[in-house]
Amino acid sequence: MSPTPTIRVQREDFDLQAEVDLLSKGKPGIGAVVTFSGLCRDEGGTLDALELEHYPGMAEAEMTRIAEMAIKRFELNGLTAIHRYGRIAAGDNIVLVIAAAPHRQAAFDGANFVMDFLKTSAPFWKKEHGKDGVAREWVEAKGHDDAARDKWK
Amino acid sequence: MTKLIYFAWVRERIGKAEEDIALPASVVTVTDLLDHLKTLGEEYETALQFPDVIRVALDQEHVEHDEPIGDAREIGIFPPMTGG
Repeated sequence: MSPTPTIRVQREDFDLQAEVDLLSKGKPGIGAVVTFSGLCRDEGGTLDALELEHYPGMAEAEMTRIAEMAIKRFELNGLTAIHRYGRIAAGDNIVLVIAAAPHRQAAFDGANFVMDFLKTSAPFWKKEHGKDGVAREWVEAKGHDDAARDKWK
Repeated sequence: MTKLIYFAWVRERIGKAEEDIALPASVVTVTDLLDHLKTLGEEYETALQFPDVIRVALDQEHVEHDEPIGDAREIGIFPPMTGG
């Protein structure tokens, strides 16, 4: 039976090591764990924070769909995906993906696959807040993110 | 009544996060829905003026614009996603 992914959408920060321990506990078949953390960049010192908006319900549903695809495709032992929302200051965590597999290639590919799909199809939107305290614009979707996703077809 | 939910700059331009509206019988597909919304006022017209960049979810699942709305109860309308 396929493992059930751990999916969370939350305002609070996450603890990478605690999540790795939780995922790998009691699963001695795991030989590789790959973690990816996405952080809020300060854009050369000009950005104060990002405001992350999400579609409650659909965000979890879409992340679960993506995680289940990855588990099946790369035969993962486990997958955790956590995405934060709300105001996230420069330097703070936004997203965490952990993929566990018997061997490293599947774990690397699984984490990569989940991030590529998460960026283009999980319903989250970023708005920039500049150093001067004023709200700037919504971050625009990037064509290279679509290209990254499409390479898995 | 159908519940419409808007996000990010679609929400800001329309000026509300959600609303319940009665869809006329002529609205069959997502494209029909977007065309109908544009007749509701200038704010809708501004928000939806470039339909190519508008994403739509029926009952929390992504669909293409030629998809029939069917008996969807909740329709999400939003710009391309920028999470991760």
